[in-house]
This record gives sequence, C-alpha cells and structure tokens, in this order.
Amino acid sequence: MNVLILSVTLWIVQAALTLAMCLCVYRMVRGPRAQDRILALDALYVCAMLVLLSFGVRTGSTIYFEAALIIGMLGFVATVSLAKFLMRGEVIE
Amino acid sequence: MINFSHADVPLWAAIVGSAFLLVGAGLTLIGTFGLVRLPTFYERIHAPTLGTSWGAAGMIMGSMIIFTAASARPVFHEILIGIFVTVTTPVTLMMLGRSALYRDRSELNPGVPPKGADDLSTTDENSAETLS
Repeated sequence: MNVLILSVTLWIVQAALTLAMCLCVYRMVRGPRAQDRILALDALYVCAMLVLLSFGVRTGSTIYFEAALIIGMLGFVATVSLAKFLMRGEVIE
Repeated sequence: MINFSHADVPLWAAIVGSAFLLVGAGLTLIGTFGLVRLPTFYERIHAPTLGTSWGAAGMIMGSMIIFTAASARPVFHEILIGIFVTVTTPVTLMMLGRSALYRDRSELNPGVPPKGADDLSTTDENSAETLS
C-alpha cells in the first residue's frame, strides 16, 4: 500500500515538475525581452532542483540532495550575474 | 549516506509525505503557469516565487518526513536547500526587477512609473554612473 502510494505520488509529482519546466522553456524561447528570459531561466533552475529532490525520494539515496544543493547555489549566482549584466553592461566592474 | 526502499516507509509517513510532495509540485506548476500567462514582465516576476516559497518548502518537508520515517532517525539536511532558496530568491528577483525598470526607463517605454524624489534607485544609479 505504501509502495503504491509513493510510486503514484512520485509519478504525478515528476509529471507536474516536467510540465513546469516545459512552461519555463516556452517562456524562455518566446519571452519578448531579455529580462523575461532570465526570469524563466531562474524558474527553470528551481524546477530542476525540485526534480532532483523527487529523484532522491524515489531512489531513497542522499546523493541527489547534494546535486540539488549545488544547482540551487549555481542558479542564484547565474541569475544575479545576468541581472547585473542587464543593468550595467558588464558583470565585474 | 542513507539508502532505503519504499517498503521501509510506514504508511502514515507515505500519506503525509505524499501530500506535501503533491502540494509542492502543484504550487510550482501553478507558478510557472502564471509565468506563461501573465501579460507584463512586472506581473510575471511575481509568479515563480510561488515555486520558490511553498513549492520548494512542500517538496522539502515531504522529503524530510519520508527520509526520517524510513531511516528511523531524524534527517534534516534538506532544510539547507529551503533556507538557501528562501534567502536568495528575493535578492535575485529584486535585482532583476530593478534592472528591468532601468532598461524600461532608459528606453522611455510607456507604463513605467517615472523616477520620483523618494525613489531608492536614484541614488544607486547615480553612484553607478559616477563609478563607471
């Protein structure tokens, strides 16, 4: 029973997160301006991090947690540097 | 290093953790749906925060409950992701919104509020100009 509940839930969760990533990619491809694309990239990073967390629950190992942590940190740095590039035209002054 | 199979998870933990996982994934999906549907950038910037606040928190709480119940000892390391995402998302989105406002003002786009006397970003832009 608990195995059935967990597998059905993880299937639904991963399908929802994949659909969310597809919507982010749609906004990133279509987005009228650069700031829309950066915002969609940030949301895509978060969705990828949550997909890795759900993989960790599915496989029952903690390796995926570390990958998710690294994705979260790199996503923050990437979005900050891209926003700074939009504002100033250069990343490091 | 923790390894468990799904048969080790007790039934109550499976139900509660699954509910949290579903809430988290559903809120993330709603947030990205808003990212696609909302008309202007300044409305769109609010939508993905649904995924970074309660979307991530729901997934993390579900994962913590399942890991704790399956390995029979407290497992709290996922909360690191929650703290980090909660702290950094406002910073990134505030910088992104301010750079978008700067671009819209410099291109004189309609629908952008004018630069006011009590605007906090005026001092920062002036200092940026003097620095560069």
